[in-house]
Amino acid sequence: MLTVTPSRTTAFDVDVFEQFIASRREPEWVTDLRRNAFEIYRELLASELDPEEWKRVDIRAFRAEKFSIPTATKPAAAFDTLLADRAEFAGFITHIDTVSSSAKLDEELAKKGVLFGSLSELIQTHGDVLKPHLMTRAVMPDADRFAAWHAAFWTGGTVLYVPRNVQIEKPLYSLLGLATDGAADFSHTLIILEEGASATLLEETASASSTAAGLHVGAVELLLAARSNLCYVQIQNWNDKVWHFAHQAGRVEASASLQWTAGAIGAKLAHIHQEVFLDGKGAAAEVNGVTFASEKQMISYYTQQTHNAPNTHSDLLYKDVVRDHARCVWRGMIKVAKDAQKTDGYQRNDSLLLSETCRVDAIPGLEIEADDVRCTHGATCGQVDEEQLFYCMCRGLRRMEAMHLIVEGFFQRVYDRIPVEIVRETLGQAVERKLGIS
Amino acid sequence: MSSLLKITDLHVSVDEKPILKGVSLEIRQGEIHALMGPNGSGKSTLAYTLVGHPKYEVTSGMIEIDGVPLNDLDPCERARLGMFLAFQYPVTIPGVKVADFLRHAVTNIRNPARKEGESLIPMRDFRKELKDRMEELGMDVEFARRYLNEGFSGGEKKRMEILQLAMLQPKFAILDETDSGLDSDAVRVVSEGLRKLAGPQMGVLIITHHERLLEYNVPQFTHVILAGRIVETGDASLAHELHNHGYAAVRQRHPAEAAEEQEHQKVAPKAVAVAH
Repeated sequence: MLTVTPSRTTAFDVDVFEQFIASRREPEWVTDLRRNAFEIYRELLASELDPEEWKRVDIRAFRAEKFSIPTATKPAAAFDTLLADRAEFAGFITHIDTVSSSAKLDEELAKKGVLFGSLSELIQTHGDVLKPHLMTRAVMPDADRFAAWHAAFWTGGTVLYVPRNVQIEKPLYSLLGLATDGAADFSHTLIILEEGASATLLEETASASSTAAGLHVGAVELLLAARSNLCYVQIQNWNDKVWHFAHQAGRVEASASLQWTAGAIGAKLAHIHQEVFLDGKGAAAEVNGVTFASEKQMISYYTQQTHNAPNTHSDLLYKDVVRDHARCVWRGMIKVAKDAQKTDGYQRNDSLLLSETCRVDAIPGLEIEADDVRCTHGATCGQVDEEQLFYCMCRGLRRMEAMHLIVEGFFQRVYDRIPVEIVRETLGQAVERKLGIS
Repeated sequence: MSSLLKITDLHVSVDEKPILKGVSLEIRQGEIHALMGPNGSGKSTLAYTLVGHPKYEVTSGMIEIDGVPLNDLDPCERARLGMFLAFQYPVTIPGVKVADFLRHAVTNIRNPARKEGESLIPMRDFRKELKDRMEELGMDVEFARRYLNEGFSGGEKKRMEILQLAMLQPKFAILDETDSGLDSDAVRVVSEGLRKLAGPQMGVLIITHHERLLEYNVPQFTHVILAGRIVETGDASLAHELHNHGYAAVRQRHPAEAAEEQEHQKVAPKAVAVAH
């Protein structure tokens, strides 16, 4: 008689979870949160994803069982980073295959009470500081199955805590790297600015090789107390074998200001749920997106700008360039609560299609309950204009070079909004690299 | 030896409709030619055809520079051989700074073998040169940092074309109604600019309805085009006559072309698409 042993899927099931919990040796409150999130994850896994957010994102080919959280530390891998050597940073941290290393922070800042390091370590040493903020206000574990999955299995990530009225002039830098084939990264970025604090964090993701498949189930929480200022940049530059799912949310209190730039260059498939909440009077958020998808990449954004308080301002500008057989999806929403009078909300997505076979879906939306607001939205979609190409060629540019110049010009308007020069340069060079001209 | 742009019995169709019906013309470096003619006679078609716009199909005839045929070359290759068109309606290139655009253009024209990604001319030298040319043309140097033609007035766009002409120093420059739509001050600036630039190293073909540009840049040759053929060639006095008396006399002297012109206008009021 032939016996067939069914191949048991070990993908993030109870056994894997228990092993994971045992390996972490974390404070009880953390373990409780994880257990709670794991229950939610099990429930949500059995239910449908919100069709409004997911109907244009095909993840049927995604196989969670192909990925696991690395248990052994590999020798340090070399990463072709975009940002690392570009400037002098006030702090520096890297996470490779979920393991953090080389966290550094300017001593003066440490003396002022700034915390900068890995979530795994700081949860042990400064749990009291993090507990009120970790997945309690911005990214909620029950948001959907990916948020719950992340909440149960978060592996570390970068924490920045800036005390009241402390200003950090130089940017801080964080690198998330994937090196091992099949590795899953559940990094959590948590930034807490107390009243009147200010900081800039530049974060990038990178792969050590072009062939290693990977998974990122991430979360970003940006918590800005009153009058604080944060500039946060995340450049997603995985190889094209990485699945990238992320919940990212910023909460902005009165008169605080968030400037958030998202660059999406890499990944096989990326879906980012990105939200900004304007919670206090006079809060402001500017959201910039630079997306460049090629080959068979799929990059998807679900963005929300939620105005909960009066006199708040949000301004979102996404620019997508799509080539080959790639796809981009952007679903945007501005929500204005009843009390959020004098809201000024803006969202815009412009797409440039470089091939006949690529595709873009851009769907802006508004939900307004207040009656004295100014909200505008728009989306444009087009191909490179033949007359522009002709004009450039008449000035001695070859067709391809002209095309590339026009693409770079297309992104320029987003770069113009980014105050940090190295970010403008980095994005520009990442685009050039992808265009194959540097 | 001065270069020669030679156009021989050129026939051109747009959407399979014949527009040019046998144009021959020789322009040497250092010469100024004026091309005049009523609307729809084929002036802009000739301009676009010379620089290689894909919409204009050469059905027979030759375009050569010093014996090198241009017919099968794309606009970039022609530009690198020394052809230049100052556009009647220059396009906007959003997000591309004038200086960056021109640095690419100048590098390519001066180094025709350059491939994309190879180094550009040194920034310092280029900046100085650009600044000098802008000052000569009475342009605010701030324009170098603006995006190409974005938010430019009509006069600013035309001046930008002349700046490009100054930077690229082509062997042959075609000016397609560079003086149209400008007030008299702007025409003066553009005309003086061209006068400074045109010299023994440049052959110029000025396409115009008007005479103003020609007052500053007196042509050695004036050609009149009617219904896709050059029907008369004279000197500056012909341009003067056309300006004062219009094309009635020309039509009388060339009744066959005049009839064709009438016929043509019935079918399609305007052969060359010009977007205002």
